[in-house]
Amino acid sequence: MSNPASSKKLNLPTTRLVRAAVVQYKRPLILVTVLLAILLLVAGLISQSSEPEPVGGPLMLRRLTEEQYRNSIADIFHAQVPIVGRFERPFRAEGLISVGTGKSGMSPFAIEQYDASAQTIAAHVLDPKGRAQFVKCGPKDPKQFDEACARSFLSKTGRLLFRRPLTNAETASYVARARSSAKQLGNFYSGLELSLYTMLVAPEFLFRIERTSPDFDGTTGVLDAYSKASRISFFLTNSTPDDALLQAAAAGNLDSDSGVRKQVDRLMQTPRYEDALRAFFADMLHFDTFADLSKDPEIYPAYNSEIAQEAQEQTLRTIIEHVMTKQGDYRDLFTTRDTFLTRSLGTIYRTPVPERDEWMPATFAKDANRAGIQSHVSFLALHSHPGRTSPTLRGYGMRQVFLCQDVPDPPATVNFTAIEADAHKANVTARDRIAMHASEPSCAGCHKVMDPLGLAMENYDGLGTFRTRENGALIDTNGSLDGRNFSTPDSLAKALHDHPETPRCVSERLYKSAVGRDIVWKERYYLDWLIKGFADDGYRIPDLMLRIATSKNFFAITRAENVNTAKITTDGGKS
Amino acid sequence: MTRFSRRSVLRGAMRGAAVGVSLPLLDCFLDENGAALAESGQKLPVRFGTWIWGCGFIPEKWIPSAVGSEYLMPEDLVPLEPYREKLALLSGFDVKLDGVANKPHITGCLGLRTGIPVPNENVKAPTLDVLIGQKIAENSRFRSLEISACGLKKSYSYQAAGSANPSETSPDALYRRIFGEGFQDPNSVDFKPDTRIMARRSVLSLVADDRKKLMREVGASDRARLDEYFTSIRQIEQQLDLQLQPPVPVENFEMPSAPGSDGHGSEMGQVMQTHRLMASLLAAALQSNQTNVFNMLFSDTTSNLRQEGETTTHHTLTHEEPNDPQLGYQKQHAFFATQSMVAWKEFLDALDSIPEGDGTLLDNCMVLAHSDCSIAKAHAVEGIPAMIAGNAGGAVRTGYHLAGKGDSIARLGLTVQQAMGVQVEKWGKLSMETNRTITELVA
Repeated sequence: MSNPASSKKLNLPTTRLVRAAVVQYKRPLILVTVLLAILLLVAGLISQSSEPEPVGGPLMLRRLTEEQYRNSIADIFHAQVPIVGRFERPFRAEGLISVGTGKSGMSPFAIEQYDASAQTIAAHVLDPKGRAQFVKCGPKDPKQFDEACARSFLSKTGRLLFRRPLTNAETASYVARARSSAKQLGNFYSGLELSLYTMLVAPEFLFRIERTSPDFDGTTGVLDAYSKASRISFFLTNSTPDDALLQAAAAGNLDSDSGVRKQVDRLMQTPRYEDALRAFFADMLHFDTFADLSKDPEIYPAYNSEIAQEAQEQTLRTIIEHVMTKQGDYRDLFTTRDTFLTRSLGTIYRTPVPERDEWMPATFAKDANRAGIQSHVSFLALHSHPGRTSPTLRGYGMRQVFLCQDVPDPPATVNFTAIEADAHKANVTARDRIAMHASEPSCAGCHKVMDPLGLAMENYDGLGTFRTRENGALIDTNGSLDGRNFSTPDSLAKALHDHPETPRCVSERLYKSAVGRDIVWKERYYLDWLIKGFADDGYRIPDLMLRIATSKNFFAITRAENVNTAKITTDGGKS
Repeated sequence: MTRFSRRSVLRGAMRGAAVGVSLPLLDCFLDENGAALAESGQKLPVRFGTWIWGCGFIPEKWIPSAVGSEYLMPEDLVPLEPYREKLALLSGFDVKLDGVANKPHITGCLGLRTGIPVPNENVKAPTLDVLIGQKIAENSRFRSLEISACGLKKSYSYQAAGSANPSETSPDALYRRIFGEGFQDPNSVDFKPDTRIMARRSVLSLVADDRKKLMREVGASDRARLDEYFTSIRQIEQQLDLQLQPPVPVENFEMPSAPGSDGHGSEMGQVMQTHRLMASLLAAALQSNQTNVFNMLFSDTTSNLRQEGETTTHHTLTHEEPNDPQLGYQKQHAFFATQSMVAWKEFLDALDSIPEGDGTLLDNCMVLAHSDCSIAKAHAVEGIPAMIAGNAGGAVRTGYHLAGKGDSIARLGLTVQQAMGVQVEKWGKLSMETNRTITELVA
């Protein structure tokens, strides 16, 4: 791993140096001038690569995602603690569920489900087996109320669930409730169970409620130590802050760059770091929408929910291996032939997989016509219709998912008459069906940025199987992306790899995901800095995450009213 | 009318202890007309629901040529002939765009439901079912039930932008949610208030203790989200309160059996089967006072329905299928439009098959059925087809076809709310805004 903080080490207090230099070389004036010029040049270079003045954004109130809820419960208690409640389809904003968490509400359905989960979790933690593990104290006679034990269990667990120590009043209140329920139910542990249940449906657990440090002057400032801990933790582990991180927050260690750096380095070495990467990429790739995907079983008999699962897993494994294990260049994800397959996926890819029921590393042969994650079933099937492909959806998907470009909705008043005629000729391919998109001026404006990209993928059917003909006609796969023409999966892969928006897009997404909101206008310099650093680091994702997590802007807070929320638009290719 | 209710009788009999009393449905529990159950002399609850199908209609097969009650049932509505008296057909009401971009299949639907057209899913006001729920859902176990027959978990019921109520898509999951744990058989003779539930009810109030402090800490938009959270918590408290009281007996209630279906698939036949199962579960839930509000999604507004082995979904067909030269309309699209009305009839069957008071469950409901557009091919939001079924316990008049003649469709939303007791004088924004109640609907 390279060291993005090395630039910070060079960030010397230049003015003091200059002054020293002036004193030392007072007499040879020429030398002083030369030296000054050099120093100014160096200072200029340094300031270019150091983080711009932090801007920050509003304090966030974010809902836990399903994974974050599950991970939190597993990490605080045990991975085997059952979670019986169901989770709603997450809300997506700015292309990310992680941004949606800062905007979505909490429906009665959601609370109903959290309530059901809370009951079983609390019951599990305080059943005789759970007690032995999680409550290290207790009265001899469970009919008796053990105040000290209740206080210890509830304050300890409350701190982990709320990601901050409970206030004295809170502790007192939870203990009092435990006492009264224990009396009602005739059992000490039932009392603890009900107080734990209440914590599990409390807003402080279900939402991440950010707060500022006490010296916040109402305009700009930083998060308080526990809110910092949560941001770091959910960003790098997709889970709740662990004990060590909360301790660091309590000790004031997160107030210094080195303290933050230490925790960031530590968390990136935990097994949860991979979970965080997986969650980010599953979010970016819209894998949650597989829940709504249906394929006609007569047309695609190979498709079922298991294949859908495996297709996602294939892509995530490919990404993890490449960006984490191999510390590879992010852009190579769009050209790599290395992947992982199961036997049933192998059938779709026509690549034999020797072991049954196991994931095997595999490399697509040169003539297998696959290159990059965009040629995976997880992309091709997701961005298709139930019974056929859609060059438009695929082109739109690539623009949106990989390049962060938005394409407007079609105008409501589209005249489809011409499409009808094209769609029902004999031996048509998708290219014929959508020819009108290019020739009708009102369609062409938008479709020219989507269709040529998707048409180059027409060699894959609506599931992702390679083909050369549609309806008996030979498929023409000529396509283009922002001035580059191609007709093979390889050349399309190269075009995505080389596109300037490719690294910019993932940087932007990672940052938005980390802070849970859109980028504010003044943050564009910060974003430029991130992207430059990403390039300098060889486009390594872990380095980019390290850079974000250790940057000042990551913790900076600006009062919402002062924030210009104008969006940064990436219009590459659209104009 | 004697001043005691079944509930107070039971409360008196049990004094907080377990009781095993069976009470006959005494005449004193019915009002003078014998029409309503006598929980404190209250009328039977009125219920409100929506039923939506996507991609509009074929006008010549749906709009009656005459207005008033003597209309000839149009081709696609023929299955609904048995419900002629319980149905009001509303044609020709428009969503007024005022220059707002018409997001295909979304703007019309949400414009109708919020009175404000939006160019995306970010509604600017709660949908009318939520507003009505604030009035009539207070004392039921579920504030509302959202159900989708086509496999998509979405609904068109919004508390606010970013706060849609998710739909159940599996009949089995729906069954478990309503009739599983926490369900009290209304006619059970054995009522024992559970001390555990009492204890849970009491600790739960702790959650609301911090409400004020939290509300001060966050910004305005987050305050609305927290408020929604606390309202949702309130529902749980309500559910526990209900479990601590003996249930109100329900005439003719039969506990439904588990449907044994996960309801997957978007093929028309499967969807209709799922829909039938869900409709009968919903009817039993309404009958047994589990909820007073529901939103049934038969097909998505960008309808994902399909016929087996066909490459094209209903929605795509509306755009790509040429008009049949003989028929003058899109034949395959028409299949879905016709079947949707068959499904709507089956939905009414489910509500109407349950006797209640001196009528049926349907008589005590008001169901607003509508689509997202009129002509799907053009995404037209003018003349969105809509229907009202049921009489809301006598608050609503049905049995005719009414032509809106280009009036704002917010008139419908306004009237529906007023009929359900919501205090609202005018509704909608800009050209949609109206204070004109559809007087024909008001009984």
